[in-house]
Amino acid sequence: MHHKPGSFHFHGGLHLPDHKAESLVRPLQQATLAKELILPLRQHIGEPNQPQVEVGERVKKGQCLAQTVEFVSAPVHAPTSGTITAIEPRLIAHPSGQPEICIVLQPDGRDEALPDPLAPWIDHRDDPQALLKLIRAAGIVGLGGAVFPSAAKLSTARKYKIDTLIINGAECEPYITCDDILMQTAPQRICAGIAVLQKLTRPEQTLIGIEDNKPKAIAAMQQAIAEADLENTQVITIPTLYPSGGEKQLTKLLTGIEVHSQQLAFDVGVLCQNVGTCAAIADAVEQQQPLISRIVTVTGPGIREPGNWVTPLGTPIRHLIELAGGYKVERPKRIMGGPMMGLNLPSDEVPVVKATNTVLLLDHDDQPEVSECIRCGRCTDVCPVNLLPQQLYWHSRSRQFDRCEDYHLFDCIECGCCSAVCPSHLPLVQYYRFAKGEIREQKIKTYKSDRARKRHEFRQARLERLKQQAEEKRRQKREALARKQQKDPKKATAGKAAASDAVQAALERVKARKQAQQTTPKNTDNLTPEQQRQIEDAEARRKRIKQNGEHTS
Amino acid sequence: MSIVSSPYVTPSASTNRLMLNVIIALIPGSIAYIWFFGVGLIVNLVFSIGFALLFEAIVLKLRKRPLKPYLGDYSAVVTAWLFALCIPQHSPWWLIAVGIGFAIIAGKHLYGGLGFNPFNPAMVGYVVVLISFPQEMTRWFLPLQVSGEGLNLIDAFRYALGWVDISQWDALTSATPLDQYRSGLGQNLMISEIRQSPVFGDFAGVGWEWIANLWFVGGLYLLATRTISWHIPFAVIGGMLLMSFIFYIADPDAVASPGFHLFSGGLMLGAFFIATDPVTASTTPRGRFVYGLLIGVLIYVIRSWGGFPDGVAFAVILANMCVPLIDYYTQPRVFGVDPPDEH
Repeated sequence: MHHKPGSFHFHGGLHLPDHKAESLVRPLQQATLAKELILPLRQHIGEPNQPQVEVGERVKKGQCLAQTVEFVSAPVHAPTSGTITAIEPRLIAHPSGQPEICIVLQPDGRDEALPDPLAPWIDHRDDPQALLKLIRAAGIVGLGGAVFPSAAKLSTARKYKIDTLIINGAECEPYITCDDILMQTAPQRICAGIAVLQKLTRPEQTLIGIEDNKPKAIAAMQQAIAEADLENTQVITIPTLYPSGGEKQLTKLLTGIEVHSQQLAFDVGVLCQNVGTCAAIADAVEQQQPLISRIVTVTGPGIREPGNWVTPLGTPIRHLIELAGGYKVERPKRIMGGPMMGLNLPSDEVPVVKATNTVLLLDHDDQPEVSECIRCGRCTDVCPVNLLPQQLYWHSRSRQFDRCEDYHLFDCIECGCCSAVCPSHLPLVQYYRFAKGEIREQKIKTYKSDRARKRHEFRQARLERLKQQAEEKRRQKREALARKQQKDPKKATAGKAAASDAVQAALERVKARKQAQQTTPKNTDNLTPEQQRQIEDAEARRKRIKQNGEHTS
Repeated sequence: MSIVSSPYVTPSASTNRLMLNVIIALIPGSIAYIWFFGVGLIVNLVFSIGFALLFEAIVLKLRKRPLKPYLGDYSAVVTAWLFALCIPQHSPWWLIAVGIGFAIIAGKHLYGGLGFNPFNPAMVGYVVVLISFPQEMTRWFLPLQVSGEGLNLIDAFRYALGWVDISQWDALTSATPLDQYRSGLGQNLMISEIRQSPVFGDFAGVGWEWIANLWFVGGLYLLATRTISWHIPFAVIGGMLLMSFIFYIADPDAVASPGFHLFSGGLMLGAFFIATDPVTASTTPRGRFVYGLLIGVLIYVIRSWGGFPDGVAFAVILANMCVPLIDYYTQPRVFGVDPPDEH
């Protein structure tokens, strides 16, 4: 390799005011228990969980509340002891704004823990398969924001040759400091997690990427690596430039490798894990603790006392806002995540989930006035994927979705750089999300109609085939018969003659029977004289009556 | 209205701020213009901007669009200002009305308004009056420093409104340096002979060379404020230098020097203020470069072998036509799509 790790760069990106100092003035605090914890059944990317408890049931801390047998999933555990008061739809942080099924837990305050929540695997943690099962049972997902189940990612990674394990401590989005404070306060836990990952994937080198605006975190991590004696592991300081924490961007920055558009990092021998995920893995493997809490940054110009809190999952964000001194403004804008890629929150009753790194409160909720695109090209200059955001905008807007795909719409990582520099204040990313949704829907529709058409065609073909088979059978029979006749013409004629004789005979039999019927005597033949007379009398009466009838009428 | 999806940051740049930057950058050169050629520019500006806002308002009304956001984006003012700088120092009001009318109505709104016009509106307006009114469009005034006198503001307004006999000032008019070059070379004069004329300064026309310098300064301001990117002005100047240098070293006696070309006519104004109009320029980084180069080369070609003394407007409009093609063939390589081989 000609370059030193970390001396690579990607196109574009933005130097944003980082606003990290605000939430770092206070030390990491433990959040108090809220009156109720709201735990959505699904807090990961993948298959939905099934509830494992019933309403009214008492549960202990660390007890599994919901899970499924599917591979790409992660169970949900009770963050504390208490009673399940409801399993019902509640508002959660989701782009659709639709409520989803949540388990509602009322803490009893005793914080009674299950003795060995990860018991079956903890004793065999030297075996990689048992380790993976342990990580899965602990409900660990990617805490950088993607919430992809870690066990599934690691199992897949083990099928590839991993050259470089990348630990993502970039934390490039403004305002967010939860990873920074974790690296500052618990670098040993991160290193313990890294050791587990190294054991599982046997990388040649481990690179920890941290932006240069976090000198304390860099120093703490370097010291912890030395103390933990991790082999071929080093911290790489990268320049502060949004979005350096994107998986493909960080991979490029640290290794110079450009992950191909259609590929995963595994394909180029890279596995990327967030620092928070490493700490969660360490907690599971070393302390038998499932993922039941995480660090959440509560910050922004709309909050009084910004800071970081170790927060039990399920805590309503209103509770965190109260801990942070409450709202500073009347109409704050609530966001889960950072200002560039965060999710707009419909209310402050939504709970903290595994994906919640930050609760950001902005001091206004106003959309700047939108004007027409003047084709200035600033979006092109800042796009980290080197797309032409402006062309994507024109084509999304005019619903020319095939052109969107020609311009590589699906390589867009929705980082928001283009919108953040647009002088016309166009909500560009919103257009791309719309176009992506439409294209996906179209593809599903095409797939379905294709399948229906194919089914119909199969059926037609099958019926046609059956018909032809029947025809073929008849034809073969005929031919066989013809062959038989050709082979033995005498026998055939004789046969024919015999057959016609039989028919003749049958016909004659029928004729004879008919004649016999016709010749059968009627009951008026061969009458005695007495009978004859009676008949004549009767005839005469009949005649008389008939005549009388004519007269009277 | 509330923002429904990320990002939630408000961009510091806005369309009207960008347009305002352009106006600010035009001020030093415009002051120099007035210094050398008198108050005619003020009258041109008053009529141009007035007509531009009037036409803009009328069309917006007809198109049932709100007036305030569109009139307030300064784009019509920029168009008017550039037009005012292109026409002779003292131009009649009706010529301005026709030019601005074409610029705003035909050049801009018939295509859908700001952002949708394929051609630079100011250049559309200028080309229309250049072709339609050759007599008025060649009445250029000498620099005050050469002629020794100029019109006062009141006379300039009366001149523009046609309330005075304009022939009384005929003695103050003269062909522009570029025009003198053209006609001189046409008569097989040597460059040294042509340069005997008092309108020539150190390396281009008296006054013109200083105004060009100040367009350059304004251009630096646009670059510093990131209103424009360097690609287009760099490529326009580069294209012009390339062409003029090749032909100059081939025959220095009969071809104007690169320095003369650079500081004459509308080159500097064109490179920094006209070719950089984002709406009508190429938008890909490589495309901007190709687009600028094309304009630089075309300006030289039109100046040297075309029928008009300067070629900025035609070069820009021709390059505008090529923009979709340039954009299509200069798409950047998308991250992860056909990456170059490692090592």
